This record gives sequence, structure tokens and C-alpha cells, in this order.
Amino acid sequence: MRAAKLYKSMNLSIFTLVMIFLYIPILILIIFSFNDAKIIVGWRGFTLKYYAQLFQNETIKQAFWNTMLIAGLSTLISTAIGILTALGLENKSFSGRRGLMALIYTPLVIPDILMGVSLALLFNFTRVNTGMITVLIAHITFCISYTIIVVQSRLEGFDYSLVEAAMDLGAKPSAIFWKIKFPLMMPGIIAAALLAFTLSIDDFIITFFTSGRGFDTLPIYVEGTIRRGTITTINSLSTLMIGATLLLVVLTKRIRGSLFNL
Amino acid sequence: MEDIRIEHLSKDFGGFTAVDDVSLEIRSGELFSFLGPSGCGKTTLLRMIAGFEIPKTGRILIGNQDITELPPYQRQVNTIFQNYSLFPHMTLFDNVAFGLRIKRTAKMEIIEKVRYMLSLVKMEDQSSKYPDQISGGQKQRIAIARALINDPKVLLLDEPLAALDLKLRQHMLIELMNIHDAVGITFIYVTHDQGEAMSISDRVAVMSRGQIIQQGPPDDIYERPTSIFSAYFIGETNLISGEVTGIEDEYVQVKCDNGAGEFFEIDSTFHFHPNIGQKLTLSLRPEKIAVSRFKPRHQDDINILRGVIEDILYLGSHTQYIVRVGKLKFRVFSQHKRVYFDEKALDWEESVWLFWHDTDTWLIAEEVDENGRNQDFSTEAPYHRALKRSSPGSE
Ligand SMILES: Nc1ncnc2c1ncn2[C@@H]1O[C@H](COP(=O)(O)OP(=O)(O)O)[C@@H](O)[C@H]1O
Ligand SMILES: [Mg+2]
Repeated sequence: MRAAKLYKSMNLSIFTLVMIFLYIPILILIIFSFNDAKIIVGWRGFTLKYYAQLFQNETIKQAFWNTMLIAGLSTLISTAIGILTALGLENKSFSGRRGLMALIYTPLVIPDILMGVSLALLFNFTRVNTGMITVLIAHITFCISYTIIVVQSRLEGFDYSLVEAAMDLGAKPSAIFWKIKFPLMMPGIIAAALLAFTLSIDDFIITFFTSGRGFDTLPIYVEGTIRRGTITTINSLSTLMIGATLLLVVLTKRIRGSLFNL
Repeated sequence: MEDIRIEHLSKDFGGFTAVDDVSLEIRSGELFSFLGPSGCGKTTLLRMIAGFEIPKTGRILIGNQDITELPPYQRQVNTIFQNYSLFPHMTLFDNVAFGLRIKRTAKMEIIEKVRYMLSLVKMEDQSSKYPDQISGGQKQRIAIARALINDPKVLLLDEPLAALDLKLRQHMLIELMNIHDAVGITFIYVTHDQGEAMSISDRVAVMSRGQIIQQGPPDDIYERPTSIFSAYFIGETNLISGEVTGIEDEYVQVKCDNGAGEFFEIDSTFHFHPNIGQKLTLSLRPEKIAVSRFKPRHQDDINILRGVIEDILYLGSHTQYIVRVGKLKFRVFSQHKRVYFDEKALDWEESVWLFWHDTDTWLIAEEVDENGRNQDFSTEAPYHRALKRSSPGSE
């Protein structure tokens, strides 16, 4: 009894410690984004001036829009490809299926740096001008594997008798797809899109190798700024990004719950 | 006039014949059952009628229309699937409305019809729930409403009660019959449960290994089985092999071997003309045999055998006796009605008389084949052991 109790409380305290280590830095970051000081030296009073600076800084704004553009487009395209590929892979008699699956899984374990370098080499070799297009291509490339796998795992559990039931009730193949299959895939599609979006927003290494000069996303900008030593606007920027992410998660949960009962 | 005609229908799965040259006629408005053990091809036959499988040979007609090759969405046939297959992302209302929405029916009409269907299956107050919020029996009702709203000519039901518990099953069975009476369309009901098929159907087709063994009204199949398979599969029976030794007016004498080198004679009426010397099988329903320790008064049209009680199984409404006659074992059901009120219950190893009316012996023009086609059935009564109180004298 006592041993079990001890064991339980030990588990609990380890858990608490982990949570502290995970969340304390984020908390500090949020607090210090309102701190009226250029460097982290202690509390010097509440201010919103770094947020104001953020919104006046054209470079940051540009980097933000670049990030959103890349994330939005790569999410859209990689999710679409993911849906189509997953649907294609449903056909179990397709002979190249196993090989293709292996190709899809491999990028998940390839280090980002390798992917970045190889893409950079490819673009260099084919003499494509680096910039928005190359970054977009790179992001789509690393998102596809994830979107395929997420959508596919949703399709895996798909109850084919529902298709027969719909057919029995008079639905033609196109109606079956849009009224039964697609809605039931939706949770998988949303999860895939969300994953692609966060992967894209987050990416530094691959973007770094494929963006060239003159096309900065937020992570690239942040890295550059920190290298030069100013972290004040970075704190406020990060805080906003945390807020935006949380909002996104809550929103998708809501949408899923209310639209699909899933 | 919207009868269903099935002509020489066959279906293969990679060389394995699941449905083998089936021909059937199902009359409009009938409640018709396919009854047979699991794996005999009932579902495959049903799926060909629904349009999910294309037969290798044969035709399916509804009225004068050949529907053999029509896709499911063009047939006026609807199916209740074994696991109901309700759409999980739609409310019950939307599930039921699905067929009408596909046909682009007017909104008001949809609302009206869905309401009517939901009231038919007694689910009108739950229309905004989702399938995962209701019980198995309720899902069943919704599946029925969702199918019937399309005004099908035929409703196909594939083991619709298999997933329900016993009490609910009996209840739904009656409800299904009521719904059938209310809508008046043809129902084709698939089951491996002979009790279900017997109680619900106008007619039954008994299936085995992809073939129809016998078809007819339930009482016909029970009382007058034409094959060992139907005699054995529907209800319980004693099967005895014998050889015809005499024919006189409407009676036949059959000589049976008791397995211990002795022979006895059983009289029977007949429904086909046997020949002297013909080997055949007798089917004797256990409830038609009387068992008593007193020898019955001799009558012309009664069969009497002497045996020993080997086992007694108390089954509530009746008792099952296993009575040994030579090496044969007869299964006998005895209702708990006492004729003499001082009558003592029969005991293990007691000598008894078995007797039954000649007309209750049923002849089947098939031989029990020891190692061939009928090896699934032993002619011996299945031997259930009761808690045996050891009687003096036995080991
Ligand atoms: N799609 C299929 N592929 C291969 N064999 C099948 C298929 N469907 C059914 N079978 C076989 O056909 C036989 C009849 O099956 P089924 O019609 O489901 O029987 P029942 O419904 O009477 O239990 C079984 O032996 C089954 O294994
Ligand atoms: Mg079946």
C-alpha cells in the first residue's frame, strides 16, 4: 500500500517537473514580452511598446506574410495531394503499393539538414532562382508524406459497408464520395492540414537552404535578429504566435465537433 | 405481378461456388426466408438481388424487368445490412432522409415522409440524435425506416436480428411482421436461425452448400421434409435407415436394423411411391413419440418399440429422454402432463415403451451416407449429458 502510494506521488512529481521545464520558458517569454527592457535583466515595468514596434517593422510584416503565404499554399497543395494519394493507395491490388509506401515513409526519418541540402543542390543544378517558389516547393515536399499518412490512417478504418448502404439507397458514385466518404475523411483531412500548416510555419532548416537571399520567413528572420542580439520584438512576436496557434487548435476542434459529429 | 423470379443463378468466388444454380419464385408481398447454416451462400444470394454481386450465370427479374446487371442504385430494392451501416456523421433524421435527398425530393415532402417513417418504427422523438447515441435495437429501426422510405418493391434483410439480445430479438421479430403487414411489400429475410424463419415467414427456402434443398411454407418443411438435410436442420429429429419390405394400401413396412443385429419393423404412410427393397431414411420428430413404462394397448396404426432410458434432460417446458433401442438412440420430448396422478417419474436405465402413430413416421427417399454427403449429421441423437444421478446397478 505504502509503496504504491509512494510510487504514485513520485510519478506525479516527475510529471510536474517535466511540465514546469516545458512551460516555464514559454511563460517567461510571454511575461518578458511586456517587460520594458531591451535585454532580460529583470522586471522593469509593463509596456506594449515592443508590440507596437512589431507592427511598424516592415521586415517583420513582410516575413510574416511570407510565412503565411508559404504555409497556406503548401498546406493547400500538400493536403490535396495527400487526399488523392491516400485514395489511390486504397486500391490494395495496385502492384507498386508497397514500394510507394516505403517512399512515402522515408522522408519522415531523413534529417531536415539532408533534405535542405539536397533540395538546395537540386535548385542550384537546375538553375532555378531561389526565392518564394523554391521555398514553396521545398515545403510541399516535406509536408506531403505527413498529409498522405494522416489521411490514409483515417481511410484505413473506413467502413466500406457505408458505401454499399449509400449505393443501396440510390446514390451514384459521385454522390457517395461527396456525401459519405469525403465527410467521413474530413477529420483526417483537417488533421493533415493542421499538421502541414504547423510544419511549414515552424520550418527553419529546409527554408534556410532553399530561400536564398531576400525571401525571409519568420523563423529565418528570428534567427537573423537573435544573431544580431535584439530579442525584444522576438518575445512579442513569439507570444502572438503562441496565441494564434492556440486559437487555431480550439477553432478546428469546434468545427469538427459541430460539423461532423466526429 | 411484381413477383421476383430467380433463374439458374450461380456465383463463384475464385473457383469456389457460393451459389449453385438457384431458381426461385417469390410472390409479391410475401415474407420469404433463406434459411441455412452459416456459409451456405444466403448473403451472396441476397447481395446478387441487391446488386452488390454480379452472378456468373442466371437472371433475376422483378415483374418483367431483368435487373441482373443493374447497379444497386437503379434497383427498386433496399437492404437492411447486418451491422445496420447507419451513416455516423448524420443525424437519424438525415439518415432516413438520405434516399429522398438523393432523388432531390421537395423539402416539405421529405419532412413529411421522414416523420411518417420514424413513427412507423416508433423513433419519432429521437430524430436529432446521432447513430452512436442510440441502442442496437433502435439502430435497427432506423435502418428499416431509411430503407422503406424509398418505396422499394423488395426489402432485403440480412440476419437483421443477429446482433440483438434474445428478448429484443423476439420483440423485433413481431415488430418486423407488423411492419411487413403495414407496408405490404415483399420482404426477403436471411437467417441461420430456424426458429426465426419458421415463425416469421410465409415461405422458406432451405439452403445448403449454395443450393436450395427445399422450399415451402414453414409447416410444410417441418412436417414434410424432402431431404435428410431439411429434416435435420429444421427442428430436431430422429433419423433411422431402413429398407422397404412391404406396401399395403397407403402403408409401407420398413425394416430397420437396430445396430445390434436385430431388426424391427416400422409402419409408415408415404407421399412418394417406394419400391420393395428400396433403402431409405425415416424421420421421426421427438415430440411425436410417446414414452411410457406401460405397454400401450395394441392398435393397428401404431408403432411400438421397447427401449431403455439412457439419459434424461430436464428442459423446463418439456423433458428430453434419450432412449436406447438396440444400438440406436431415440430422442423423445415429453411434455409435463401427467395422465395418472400417481405416476412416478421415469428413471435412468428404466425399460420403457416408445410408441407413435404410423402417419407420424416420415419417409425420405435418401440414404444416410456414412462417409459422403451427409456426414455432417449423425443418425444418432446428439447426446447431451444431464447431471446424472447414478442409479443403482450402473457403474
Ligand atoms: N467476397 C468473397 N470472396 C470469397 N469468398 C466469399 C466471398 N463472399 C462469400 N464468400 C464465400 O462464399 C460462401 C458463402 O458465403 P455467404 O453467402 O456469406 O454465406 P452465408 O451468408 O450463408 O453465411 C462462404 O464460404 C464464403 O466464404
Ligand atoms: Mg451471411
